[in-house]
Order: sequence, then C-alpha cells, then structure tokens
Amino acid sequence: MPVKNIARRDFLVKAAQATAVATCGGLLWDYLLRQEVRAHPYALRPPGALAEGDFHAACIKCGQCVNACPFDTLKLAGAGGDMPIGTPYFTPREIPCYLCPDIPCMKACPTGALSPKLDDVNQSRMGLAVIDLENCLSWKGLRCEICHRECPLKGRAIVLETHPRGISKHAMFFPIVNSDACTGCGICEKACPTTEAAIRILPHNLVQGKIGEHYRLGWIEKNEITQEFKPGAPEAPVKPGKKAPGMDYLNEGDL
Amino acid sequence: MSTAPQHPRLDALASIEKLHARSWPARIISWRYVVLRRATQFGILLLFFGTAHWGWEVSKDVALLTGNLSASEFLGWIPMADPFAVLQIFLTGHMLQTESLIGAALVLGFYALVGGRVFCGWVCPVNAVTDLAGWMRQRLPISTLFALNRNIRYFVLATALILSVISGVAAFEWVSPVGMTHRGIIFGMGMGFLALIAIFLFDLLILKNGWCGHLCPLGAFWSLVGKTALIRVRFDKDSCTHCGECAKVCPEPQVLNLKKLEQTGYVVPGECSNCGRCTALCPEGSLNFDLRPLIHRHHPAPEVRATPIENRNT
Repeated sequence: MPVKNIARRDFLVKAAQATAVATCGGLLWDYLLRQEVRAHPYALRPPGALAEGDFHAACIKCGQCVNACPFDTLKLAGAGGDMPIGTPYFTPREIPCYLCPDIPCMKACPTGALSPKLDDVNQSRMGLAVIDLENCLSWKGLRCEICHRECPLKGRAIVLETHPRGISKHAMFFPIVNSDACTGCGICEKACPTTEAAIRILPHNLVQGKIGEHYRLGWIEKNEITQEFKPGAPEAPVKPGKKAPGMDYLNEGDL
Repeated sequence: MSTAPQHPRLDALASIEKLHARSWPARIISWRYVVLRRATQFGILLLFFGTAHWGWEVSKDVALLTGNLSASEFLGWIPMADPFAVLQIFLTGHMLQTESLIGAALVLGFYALVGGRVFCGWVCPVNAVTDLAGWMRQRLPISTLFALNRNIRYFVLATALILSVISGVAAFEWVSPVGMTHRGIIFGMGMGFLALIAIFLFDLLILKNGWCGHLCPLGAFWSLVGKTALIRVRFDKDSCTHCGECAKVCPEPQVLNLKKLEQTGYVVPGECSNCGRCTALCPEGSLNFDLRPLIHRHHPAPEVRATPIENRNT
C-alpha cells in the first residue's frame, strides 16, 4: 500500500478518535446541563425576566441585577444549591421584591435576560400568589387580611370577599388573588403572620391551570373565548368568519 | 548537562537550587511578575467585591465596578463582557442587547492587543490555584500518570459551542469552574469550592498544568484571540545558552521551542499567557517583553531580514 494512504488512514483514525472523545464528553456534558437547567423549577426571577427557558439561555450570570437591587432582594445562585447555578432569584419570605418604579435590576441587565420591554414594574409577572385556604387565618374566620393590606396592588391583585358566617353577625373576609394583576412580588408572603406562610409565590406554570378552549360560560357568552390564559396568552385561535370552538353544537339546529 | 535527563523532579529541584544561589535582591526582582500577576488577579477581584459588598462608588450612585468577569460595568458607563460567554449565548439563539455586544467587543479588542491569555495569567482567579498546584508539584515526588494532548482544549472549545446550539444554554457558562470561582467569591460560593479542589488535585496529582494547559476551553478561546497580540516575549538568540531553565518554569513549554524562537525572534503561539516567568528567570536575560512591531528593530535576526514579511510566521 502506498505510504500516502497510510498517512491518510492514520489521519482518519485520529479524526474518528477525536470525534468519539468529543461525542462521549459532549453527551455527558449535555446531560449535566439538562439536569442543572431542568431540575429546579421553583426559581423566582427578577422583574422582566424572560420565560424560564429563554431566561436560561440569555442570562450571562454576571450579577449586575443583584448589585443594582437596593433591597438586597436578589441573590445569585451558588453551585450545587436549589437554584440553577449563577442565575438571580429571590426568596420572598426572606426579602420580597419591593417593585422599584425605575426597575434598576432590569436596567442593569446587559444581555436582555431581564427584558427592557417591561416599562411598568406593576406589569411584571415574577410569579403568582397562592393561598393555602386551610391555613389562612382569614379563611379560618379570623380577622387578618394582612396580605390584602400589604399588597402594593391592593384591590386589584388581592381583593377581599365578605361572606356571612352562620348565625354570627360578623362576616368572614376572604382574600382572593387575581392572576391578571398579581406581580408575584411576594410582599404578601413576607407579611403573612402564620408560622409557615399561608400565601406564597410560585412560578405560574407550577400553579396555573388552563380550561379547554371549547368550554363556554353561558353567562358571559358575549366573550368569544371563555378564559384568556395569562400571562402571555396567545390571541384567541379563532379565524374571522369561523365560530369559536364549542359554540356550534348545543345552540344550533331547531330543537 | 551532558548526561541523559535525570528524574524531572531532581531537574526541577536543581533549578530551584540555582535560583536560591542568586543574591536576595536578584531573587526578589525575579519575583516581580508573580507579584504583579497576583496583584492584578486579587485587585480585580477586590474591586468587584468592594462594589458588591461595601458599596464602593466613584461618585454618588455611580458604582465602581459592578458584575463579575462574565459581564460588568466600570464607572457606571463602560460595559465589559466575556466574549466567549457572549458567543455561547448568541449561539443559543438569544439576540443579545447592544450593551453586552459592545462590552464583548471592548474586552476582545483589549486582549487581542495585550495577548489573549493575559486573561489566564493576570486576571483569571483559577490561575492562582493551578499555579499553586504547579509550584507544589515541582517540589513533590509526583510521577507522571499519563500525557494528554494539549490541543484537547480546542475540542472542548468546539464542543462547548456546538452544545450551546443543541442544548439552548451557554454550555460552558453553566459548568465553568472559572465562573463558579469568581462569581462565588463575589456573590456566594455554594458548592463551587469543590470544583476548585478538584482542579487543584487534578493539577497536583494527575496531570501537570492539567486544567489551564490542557482542558480549559476559555483558555483555548483566548489562545486563538492572542495570535494577534502586540505584547510578546522577545528572544535574543545570541545570548541564549540553551540551558532550558525557561521551559522548566513555563506552564506551556511547547511555546518555547528554541528552534522556532531562533527563526521568529519572539514567542509566536497564542498559548503563551505573558506570565513573565521565563523573562524573570532567564539567567542570561535572553527573554524579555517587547512590542511585536519593535522586536525585529531591536534585534534584527539575519534569517528574518532575509525572509519576506508574509512568510515570517510559518
């Protein structure tokens, strides 16, 4: 066999070996990445953070948002902890987000992981307040309502509903969270007087359901679509001239 | 030195003996680059730390140096960003904001001038740990386990870039011991010190200069950038006695190939981190920092003058 071919064969074998090493190492590396990224779904991000997958891609882990936060709310996750490594998060029960009107954390972000499209901090959606009805003092019938009074969007994000209580003349005051106004700042969670907070902030995708588009609520039938899914709801998937799904069977034909 | 090479450790110890035989002022002067490098490494860390924890400001509400080595802002208006991190984020499909792109360009331009791996030798905090491991290894009877091709790092670099595309996150930034260390010191370490311990043990007991000289993709990135650097180590072949002391202290000894040095007159490969060990140590003073455009004017080598400029580096 000519020498040239031996050299070429050597080169091909070397190339194959290098590819094998890179592939084995790469697969292991990829596995580690996916573990790290997906294993921790509970992180609460600063105002304006992109959706979690995009945020993981965009965050450069520089901590400038942490530097900018005047309340020391934001922390940068260390390695091997409960939060994805190097990314900013906050724990409302310790220090909530106080919703600075000038949003310094977002302005400090160099990559756009905290989107500059957010111009009103009250439009941020860091998470959603969820009430544990069984352990909420107000839902037990005591007069508390601290979360309602502390809420920076009082009357919009948390509203009070009064309910008569049996034969007593004192009503019950139930706090109710509205997902379309709640920013997830966590001031309610911080203020909750129970030993473990009975109202706490969780990422939307962990707590928010979605009813099918085919459900019709007859009493608000003038709405084409029953429920707008928030946040970031897509437009109603009904093409002009076409009926909304679920509108066409019970009310059609001559019964 | 006519006999066959002895045990490398004895060789190293002999070199250390030679160093210790020098007069104290000469020894202290020979430490100048180590002292300077530690000063910049810890000084930069201190600027970040002071801004984050003690609120260091240059004037009211203008922070001194926020962020960390991944991205930062100096004096409230100069953005800086790690171009390798920015490149990875770009490859995930995220369109970065102008601020980080400008920052990456500034940092890239700076290191393209002063030497890419100046980052490794003068800024990166992991370097202090690997230098310690290397320093100890020279003095301990640790035999070589295996050799690894130093070009592995370029495969790691390529893998990091490909994985960034596939996995949708900046692949190296999520596992980087450099990031863990630097970020950890400023913002809280978590378990990040384990990575440092692993690197220390790897360098000390398993592979000499294992992390910085063989594996680190960030070092590989800066090696590629450093090919255009202006500040280089100049070689004076007339005074060189081929004693080989420089290659013994160099963490990348392959860049001190004397045959190539005689042709080129300076250290060409980008893997050189301008750490200055060789210049401080050379008994004859044959190695010195210089600006590349001036190197041939200072020491015109006949071979170089005879070769056309465009072929000089081959």
